[in-house]
Amino acid sequence: MATANIQVSETPLVLYALRRADDALILGHRLSEWCGHAPMLEEDMALSNIALDLIGQARELYTFAARTEGKDNDEDKLAYLRDVRQYRNVLLVEQPNGDFAQTMVRQLFYSAFADLYWRAMVNSGDTTLAAIAARSEKESAYHLRHASEWIIRLGDGTDESHARAQNAIEHLWAFTGEMFAVDDGERALIHAGIAIDPGTLRGRWLTTLSEIIGEATLQLPQNDWMQQGGRSGRHSEHLGHLLSELQSMQRTFPGLAW
Amino acid sequence: MVTVLDRNSELRRRAWDAAASVIDPEIPVLTIADLGVLRDVVVEEDRVEVVITPTYSGCPAMNMIALEIEVALERAGFRHAKVRTVLSPAWTTDWMSEEGRRKLRAYGIVPPQAASSRRALFGEQAVACPQCGSDKTELLSEFGSTSCKALWRCTACREPFDYFKCH
Repeated sequence: MATANIQVSETPLVLYALRRADDALILGHRLSEWCGHAPMLEEDMALSNIALDLIGQARELYTFAARTEGKDNDEDKLAYLRDVRQYRNVLLVEQPNGDFAQTMVRQLFYSAFADLYWRAMVNSGDTTLAAIAARSEKESAYHLRHASEWIIRLGDGTDESHARAQNAIEHLWAFTGEMFAVDDGERALIHAGIAIDPGTLRGRWLTTLSEIIGEATLQLPQNDWMQQGGRSGRHSEHLGHLLSELQSMQRTFPGLAW
Repeated sequence: MVTVLDRNSELRRRAWDAAASVIDPEIPVLTIADLGVLRDVVVEEDRVEVVITPTYSGCPAMNMIALEIEVALERAGFRHAKVRTVLSPAWTTDWMSEEGRRKLRAYGIVPPQAASSRRALFGEQAVACPQCGSDKTELLSEFGSTSCKALWRCTACREPFDYFKCH
């Protein structure tokens, strides 16, 4: 890695925006890895479209973070010049695509959350965050619908697709708890009416999932032990590999433009 | 004083017309005014600021549109044109003009259903075929050739067609 990492002054609001931006960028990048490899053309377009929405959300959130920080960072520096320990996304979104079932279960877990989260954030006291939420909640609703249809088709499909979908659920379940966690800095933003408490959404998230998973004849795990770390920069081994690809151009040719 | 105001409003009208003529590169029958992307034009002395709002978060046409606006204003004689993107209030398909909807339909794309609501997002959609008008249609893919479109098929005339999603 040729270029030095930037330093970011992570005030609670900057950190808040970085966390959401990193979630969107990393999941968007993961989905973009399917481009040209999806099981059929329509799905290739769908996954690329969802990736585009997420990367677009990330851009707006990075721009907001950079402006809030008020130094000379911008969306590109935040995306390309932070190392793995500086990334703040939840562990769920960095998990590898695996088979198609794993990609779709990951999407279902995240989109079912994002749909509720952005819909609630529309009432944020910060007008920029509220505007980003207004756009994102509509996009997330489409993503959720798409993932739901696939989970039902996979779960209620063949023995093979059912087993793969169930395996993916078991495998990814422990990464879902982190979406609902908050720290002290974020709690202050919640009290100030700028952010909303994701913990209050878990009940409705479970209801949404139960309906979809039930119709898919699949089962949610009973085990409630949850893995955490991504929000404070302790990631799985997968994120470093992802970033080395995502950042290789800017690290090799600093400041490169189209 | 009155003359200055008149001159300003005349300049603003010219700047607005120039910006409003910019075409969406992905749907070349619609201008950005038809789409509701063009929000405001502010003229101050020889400087023009054009305010636009993005459609979808990741729509790649937005960068292109901003560039085209600067070019259009330059052609109209405005040397110092700047494009500013605002996120709030968030764009909705409800802002698409009647003229825009008519042009879309004539182009073979079904316009978004008016009044975007969650019901329209999730309920049963009735989308009539833009070719033969039949309502015997089915959704092929929620995600079409661009972020804003879904792919449908008419089971009466068998033609596939694009539907501009309600957003």
